[in-house]
Amino acid sequence: MFEKILSRSQLYLAFFGPREPEPGTIFLRQNRVYILPTRPGLGFAMALGVMLVGSINYNLSLGYILTFLLASMGLVAILHTFRNLVHLHITPGRVEPVFAGEVAWFELFVENRSGYERSSIALWREGKATLCDVAPARGATLSIPVAARQRGWLTPGRITVDTRFPVGLLRAWSYIQPDMRCLVYPRPDDGLLPLPEPSGGTGEKRAASGGSDDFAGLRPYQASDSPRHIHWKAAARGQGLRTKVFSGRAAAELWLDWNQLPANLDLESKLSRLTRWALSADQEGLRYGLRLPGLELAPDTGESHRLACLRELALYGL
Amino acid sequence: MVSSPSIQLRHLFWLLGGLALVVAPHMPRLPWWLNLIALILFTWRVYLAWGERALPRKWLLALLVVGGLFGAYVTYRTIFGRDSGVALLVLFLSLKLLETHHQRDALVLVLLTYFLALTNFFYSQTLPTAGLMLASTLVNTASLVNFAAPGRTLQANLKTAGLLLAQAGPVMLILFFLFPRVQGPLWGLPQDAYSGVTGLSDSMSPGAISRLSQSDAIAFRVRFREDAPPKRQLYWRGPVFWDFDGRTWRAGDARPYAQIKFEASGKPYDYEITLEPHNHNWLFALELTANIPPNASITRDHMLFSRIPVRNRVRYDLRSYTNFTVGDADDADELRPGLQLPADFNPRSRRLAEEWAAGGTTDAAIAQKALDYFREQGFVYTLEPPLLGRDSVDEFLFGSKRGFCEHYASSFVFLMRAAGVPARVVTGYQGGDINPVDQYMVVRQSDAHAWAELWLNGRGWVRFDPTAAASPMRLESGVAAAVPATDPLPLMARTTLYWLRGLRYNWDALANKWNQLVLGYNPERQREFLTRMGMSEPSWENMALTLFWGVGGLLALLTAWLLRRMRNADPVQRLWLRFCAKLGKKGHARAAHEGPADFVARTAERYPTEAGRIRAIGERYIALRYGERADAHMLAELRLLVREFSV
Repeated sequence: MFEKILSRSQLYLAFFGPREPEPGTIFLRQNRVYILPTRPGLGFAMALGVMLVGSINYNLSLGYILTFLLASMGLVAILHTFRNLVHLHITPGRVEPVFAGEVAWFELFVENRSGYERSSIALWREGKATLCDVAPARGATLSIPVAARQRGWLTPGRITVDTRFPVGLLRAWSYIQPDMRCLVYPRPDDGLLPLPEPSGGTGEKRAASGGSDDFAGLRPYQASDSPRHIHWKAAARGQGLRTKVFSGRAAAELWLDWNQLPANLDLESKLSRLTRWALSADQEGLRYGLRLPGLELAPDTGESHRLACLRELALYGL
Repeated sequence: MVSSPSIQLRHLFWLLGGLALVVAPHMPRLPWWLNLIALILFTWRVYLAWGERALPRKWLLALLVVGGLFGAYVTYRTIFGRDSGVALLVLFLSLKLLETHHQRDALVLVLLTYFLALTNFFYSQTLPTAGLMLASTLVNTASLVNFAAPGRTLQANLKTAGLLLAQAGPVMLILFFLFPRVQGPLWGLPQDAYSGVTGLSDSMSPGAISRLSQSDAIAFRVRFREDAPPKRQLYWRGPVFWDFDGRTWRAGDARPYAQIKFEASGKPYDYEITLEPHNHNWLFALELTANIPPNASITRDHMLFSRIPVRNRVRYDLRSYTNFTVGDADDADELRPGLQLPADFNPRSRRLAEEWAAGGTTDAAIAQKALDYFREQGFVYTLEPPLLGRDSVDEFLFGSKRGFCEHYASSFVFLMRAAGVPARVVTGYQGGDINPVDQYMVVRQSDAHAWAELWLNGRGWVRFDPTAAASPMRLESGVAAAVPATDPLPLMARTTLYWLRGLRYNWDALANKWNQLVLGYNPERQREFLTRMGMSEPSWENMALTLFWGVGGLLALLTAWLLRRMRNADPVQRLWLRFCAKLGKKGHARAAHEGPADFVARTAERYPTEAGRIRAIGERYIALRYGERADAHMLAELRLLVREFSV
C-alpha cells in the first residue's frame, strides 16, 4: 500500500522508474530489496499498541509479555522476510512467439543458491502473480503471462518480485527488468475472404481445393471422408486412421501480395489478412510466397518458411 | 489491488483451533446465551466449510450484532465494562468467522484473536493460563504462516511459527525487563474491572466466613526471616468490627493512629507478606505489628490500611510481636462503641449475660464463664451451620449449637457487651502452612477466622478465641481436622492425601516463584532489578537507551546467524565466483555468455605468468561441476588454488 502512495511522486520514479533491461542473470543484492509492512502488518502494529496500553492500564505482567513477544516476532519477521527474497538469481528463459491478442509467456528461472528454502516467491506483472517455492540449491521455472496487444517485439517490462513469507505482515520486494523479448505476430483477421488465386498457372480455373489431382499430404480422419482416401497401409501398421489429401493447386505458386490487397485497407488490416492467408496456405500445404513493399520471400512450404513469413509480417515497418 | 485469495479448508480449521484455545478459558465467565451463540456460530462455520456452502448474508450477521449488543446490555447493564467488552469481543469474533472467506478477513481474525488472548489475563495470570496462551500464540502465528505460504504443509508452517517465536523470545525478555514501566491505571478503569476476587469482606454476618472457608484460594504468602511463630499464635489481623445490628457486624468509623502504641515483650518476628489482590484497602499483619508499610496507615484498633485498594499483588515487610499489651484507652469514648447493642434482639442471651455479671465478679471471670459455656454445652464446630432467624445469637446459643467461627465470635462479643464488658470482633486468618519446598508460609481463604477482643481493666485489649474453646483442634490442626468429616472442605485441605499434598507444595512453590519474579515485576521491582544488574541510575532514559542497544544487538546477532546460511550453498560455485571476482577486479570480468573454458583461455593468455594456475583452476572447476563424480580431494585443491590466486 505504501507503494501505491509512493508511486505518484517524482522521487519514486527517479528511484524505481523504468530502467534499461539487465542482461543475463539478475542477482537480487541487498541494496535492491526493499521491505515495508503490509496493510495487515499495520493492523498488527496497531493491535500491539492497544495491547500495550491495556497491559499498562491493568498492570498485566503477562499482557506485557504477550505484547512484547508478538512485537519481537514482528521484528524477527523483518529479517526472515528480507532473507526470503534477497540473494535470489533470476535468469531469462525461453519465450515462444504468439499472435497479437494472445498471451505471451515469459519463462524465468528462479534459482536459490543458498542453503535454506525460499517460500512463496511471487513474480508480479500487470497485477497477476505467479508463485513458486524454491528448495535449497534448487531452481524453479516460472512463466509470466503478458498480454500481447500489438505485433512486433514485446518485452516483459518491469517485473516485481515479492514475498510476504513467513507471516504476511511484511512485504519484501524488488524490481527486475530481464533482457528478454517475445515476437508477436499480427493478429490473423476473421478469415471470411478466401485465399487469392494462384498466379503460377496459365490462368485456367482449377477445381476447388480438396480435389483429387496431386497427393498433398495426410490429415486425421473425419467422419465425412471417402473410404477410398483413407491411408489404409498406415492404419494396418497401427498408426490410426488418416486421410490422404489431394490438391489441385498444390503445384501452383501462390503469391501473398501486398499490392493485391484493396488500397483502402490500413496497414495493420493488410498485415492481418496476409497473416491469415499465410496460415491458411500453410495449413493446406500450398507453396506460397510473400511480397511486401521492399521485400519478397520466394514461394516455399514448411515450418521454417511459415515462421520466416510471420516474422517479416510481425516486424514490417517497425 | 488484486482481490484477496480465499482460504483453504485446512487453514480455516487451524484458525478455528487457535480461536477455540483463546475463547475456551473465557467460557465459564461468559453468560450462557453467549456461549450458546458462539458454539452455534463455530459449528455453523465448520458445517458451511465442510460442504463448501455459501456464507450467510450480511443482514443476518448485522441482526446478530444488534441482538448481541442488546443481550450484553441486558446482562451487564453496560456495554463498556471489562466483562461486557470481553463478551462482545467473543461475539464479534464468532460473527467475523461467518464472513471469513478471504485471506484478508482471516488476517483480521488472527489479530483479534491475539487481542482476545490478552483479555484472558484480566482474569487469570497463573502458569496454566500463561501456558495455554503461549500455545494459542503459536497456533495463531502458524495461521499467519499458513496464509502467507498456503502451499506448505501445516507441519512445516507450525515449525516456522515456532522458530519465529523462539527467536523472538530473547528480544521479548529484553523488552520485558527494560521497557520503562508505568504504574497503571493510566485512566479510570471500568467499574467491574476487579470484580470476582475472593477474600474477607467489610461486614460479617452468619455464614460469611464459613462460605469463604470452602475456597482453596491463597490469601497471602509469608516469608519469615527466621523461624515462624508456633501455629497457635498465627493470628493474622484483618478488619475489626464494632457495629452490630442484630445480624451483621460492620466496621464503624476507623480512626487513624499517628503511631502504634503498645508494649511488647519477647522475640520480634520479621517477615514479608505477598498479599493477593482482594479489592479492599486493608492489609493483613501478624498480631501485633510494630511498623507500618509505606503507603499505608494504621487505625486505633490496629488495622493496617493501604492508601489504594489492593488490586494487584502487593508485597510489604513487617515486624510483629506475639507477646504484647495494648492498653491506652485513656478516654471512655473509645470504649463506648464497644458496648453498644441493638435493642430488642436476643433477649435470652442478654439475660444469661446479665446473670453472669450480677455475681459481681471481674470481667475476666465473666469471659471465662462464657468460654466454659461453649466448652461444656456440646457445641459443634462445623462449616455447615443451620440457618438462623432473627435472634441469631439466641438460636445459636440455646438451639442449634452448631456454628463456624463467626457464630462463636459474634455471640461471644454479644454476651460480653450484654454483661458490660467492652468487646469487639476481629476477622482475619488463623494458621498457615509452611511449604517445605520454598519455605514460604501459605495462608489460604480456608484459614479465614473470626475472634474477639475484650477490654479488661489494667490489661487493655485482650484476645479471646471462643472457637478454640468449642473446638481446640481448630488452632492446633486447622479447619480440616476440626470440622466433621462430611463438611464440604476443599479437597486439598484434608490431610490424608499425602502425595497430593506433596504435589501441591511443589506447584505452590512454582506459582509463588512465578508471582514473585514475573507477575510482581512492577516499576519498583524494575528499579531494584536494574540497580542490581549494575545500572547506576535506572531512569527511563537510561532504560530506553539500554533497551535500544539490547534489542539492536540481539537482532544484529540474529542477522549474522541468518546470513551465515545465506551464502552460496554450492562450495564449487562459490570458489569459482571468487576466482572470477579476483579477475573481475583487474578489469577482466567474465561476460555473461562466456563459458568457463573460454574465460580461462582468455585470461590465461592475458596473464602468461599465471597461466598454469588459471588453467589448473579452470580444469578442476569444470571437472567438479560437469564431471562424473564429486571428489573431495579435488575440491580441497581448488579451494587452495583459489585462495592463493592473485594477479
